Amino acid sequence: MSKEVGKTEYVSYLDHQGQYKGIFAWIFATDHKRIGLLYMYAIAAFFVIGAFLGLAMRIELIAPGETIMKPQTYNGIFTVHGIIMIFMVVIPGLSAVFGNFFLPIMIGAKDVAFPKLNRFSWWIFMIGSVMAVLSQLLKSGPPDTGWTFYAPYSTTTGTNVIMATSAAFVLGFSSILTGLNFIVTIHQMRAPGMKFFNMPLFPWAIYATAWIQLLATPIVGITLVMLIAERLFGIGFFDPALGGDPLLYQHLFWIYSHPAVYVMILPAMGVISEVIPTFCQRKIYGYKAIALSSLAIAGVGFLVWGHHMYTSGMSEQARWFFSLLTFIVAVPSAIKVFNWLSTMYKGSIDMQPPFLYAVSFIFLFIIGGTTGLILGSVATDVQVHDTSFVVAHFHYIIFGGMGFAFFSAIHYWLPKMYGRMYNIKRAKWAWGFLFFGFNLLYFPQFIIGIQGMPRRYYDYLPQFQWAQVISTVGGFIVVSGILMMISNLIAGVSKGEIATANPWHGSTLEWQIPSPPSLENFDEDIIVKENPYDYE
Amino acid sequence: MFSNASNFVHGVDNAFALIFGISLFFLVTLTGTMIYFIIKYNRKRHPKAEQVKDNMWLEVTWTGIPLILVFIMFYAGWEGFLPMRIVPKNTMHVKAVAKMWKYTFEYEGNKESDTLVLAVNVPVKVDLFSKDVLHGFSIPAFRIKEDIVPFKNNYSWFTPGEIGDFELYCTVYCGVSHSYMYTTVRVIDQQSFKKWLANLPEKKADNNLGRMAIEKNGCTACHSLDGAKIVGPTFKGLYGSTRSVTTNGQKRTLIANEDYIKTSITEPDKDVVTDFPQGVMKSYKGTINDKEIQLITDYLKTLK
Repeated sequence: MSKEVGKTEYVSYLDHQGQYKGIFAWIFATDHKRIGLLYMYAIAAFFVIGAFLGLAMRIELIAPGETIMKPQTYNGIFTVHGIIMIFMVVIPGLSAVFGNFFLPIMIGAKDVAFPKLNRFSWWIFMIGSVMAVLSQLLKSGPPDTGWTFYAPYSTTTGTNVIMATSAAFVLGFSSILTGLNFIVTIHQMRAPGMKFFNMPLFPWAIYATAWIQLLATPIVGITLVMLIAERLFGIGFFDPALGGDPLLYQHLFWIYSHPAVYVMILPAMGVISEVIPTFCQRKIYGYKAIALSSLAIAGVGFLVWGHHMYTSGMSEQARWFFSLLTFIVAVPSAIKVFNWLSTMYKGSIDMQPPFLYAVSFIFLFIIGGTTGLILGSVATDVQVHDTSFVVAHFHYIIFGGMGFAFFSAIHYWLPKMYGRMYNIKRAKWAWGFLFFGFNLLYFPQFIIGIQGMPRRYYDYLPQFQWAQVISTVGGFIVVSGILMMISNLIAGVSKGEIATANPWHGSTLEWQIPSPPSLENFDEDIIVKENPYDYE
Repeated sequence: MFSNASNFVHGVDNAFALIFGISLFFLVTLTGTMIYFIIKYNRKRHPKAEQVKDNMWLEVTWTGIPLILVFIMFYAGWEGFLPMRIVPKNTMHVKAVAKMWKYTFEYEGNKESDTLVLAVNVPVKVDLFSKDVLHGFSIPAFRIKEDIVPFKNNYSWFTPGEIGDFELYCTVYCGVSHSYMYTTVRVIDQQSFKKWLANLPEKKADNNLGRMAIEKNGCTACHSLDGAKIVGPTFKGLYGSTRSVTTNGQKRTLIANEDYIKTSITEPDKDVVTDFPQGVMKSYKGTINDKEIQLITDYLKTLK
């Protein structure tokens, strides 16, 4: 940073002049806030692409038989929809955007522990994303395996599986390095006087998430390299025709990919734990329980991967063991819901857009979580495994959970990030479209899933059509809601009203500094509260 | 719910009812409480928040009760599932053979059928066998599902309890025609079943080596022998015909001779027949050897 900036003179991080100019001031930035925004722009673009791919699938499924595309195209689209949404949107999502932007501010730090590594992580993320896009365009055609790349289909199909798995491998490194950076930041960079139990709950959630990213992601990296080696050199890890075991692939894949679900949902819970106290003006209920339940979820979450494999032919002992552990991991999530509700008790509730998204998160998360109990129980999972029930369940958790938390977070923190406010009324309308459309889109899939409608089906029997039609209508409403929300936010950033430093009367550190923050966040001394949600 | 289609319906649906009951109770009470708080403590009515201290006993209660409930739900799920793994003695045996994208059911006495025909109230053990990739064996009406994994002896058993037709789906994604991989389970009375099985012709031994090679490698999943257009071009009348293909983006025509057939097997994406997608077929280089390619070519010459 330049020496000319005096200690007292305030310059926003958006206006700060560093050694690079123009676009290079962004792509070579080491400021955690600029990197957070870079992630956000990329992820928002991928999200819109993924959403339109989803809509294309919904249009295809509105009637049995061919509607707008051939089966091979459909199989490519559900694969790339999965790869984009999982690896490029929801896994990095909250942690890379808001973790980068707000984690250092909320613990009173000037930046993350390794700013250059942080910049490098974003570059890797972009390289991996470009590779994922390339896998769609190269000669042999888009991968058609589903985002799970199950062997031996993935080791034998003629499509661009190698490019797609390499992309996921590269994206994994971005995740590992970001996790490492955040762990060190939380251990080393907290403001003087801020102990672990003085931190707000979003940093706590990011902390638990970072450990999962650091410990679990290497496993999927190795697995994907094994898959590539099998395709290139015919080494028989997974294909039984070469002496391998397809179940080994599934175990290795889910040892990462189940904890990855918690990489998505823990930061979402962290956001909700910030938004609810602010809009209730109340100290959060059960601070320690929420903080520790994040760690409990992260820990037990490592031991439940087998619930994706109840029908795979795994031993009976493994089936009951994984089922029992899966049920236990439900408890800390339930505790969080009780704590959030208790925080509303005797509060002073202001129904602003971030809070609307937060309460709809709780509703959708209860549905997503309790349908997860159906999937965790062995007998009922046998009925609904690999059906549209599973599709509905994980969209309730990932889109209704992580997605709505992301929308809550962007409506909550946007005035801090840009110093401007969006149109509140339009934001509420967009929320209405999203919430209504979301339930219309995914709820019918629970019902036909129980009746046996398998997932990843290009075509289906006529008795399922009623639900497919409702879902497709819901899909159109959801996409309209997304476009309404994004245009309202863009309008707010470019020409919205100037926002005050603390428009929602929040109590955590990010609301004690100007909007937008200065390059080093804190130009004055920090006062660390014993409880970050102290409104008295 | 609680049909008698198979002996497992009751146990599975009990678990469904229990978990749905508990879930619905929590969904309604928690959402109701939330809406009540939002209305009652709205800032207009309640401008000043009251700070409430944490209560340890409340937290212990709402940790303990869910913990007990999840153990109960786990047990119901396990109880409903366990019988699916305990196969009684003296069951009827059927071998389900799955390949892209078709089931064949082999009965005792070297007989086979495309639909799974069973006798009511007779327990049956289905041995699951895959010729290529992962497939699924799912009969939703029977509450049965097990993956079909190549080289792994997975199985499923059940006693059909009602006469009728039921759907059987492939539930593990297996390629381009995955959604067309389904068939019917037909449950009939025991007399009719005996008659049906007796009338089922015995499987004829195939002695054409070229056709056996085609069958063994699963070619007919995409290429018909009777002129029908499925995923790839038909084999009927292929040899010696004029083909319109795309090679490296250039359209051209060629005669389907022995070299063309060899290239199509070892480098399927080199000459792609017009109106058929690229990248669907994998290379069989190393899988089908030169001798087999010769046998296949000889067989194709006979398919006029």
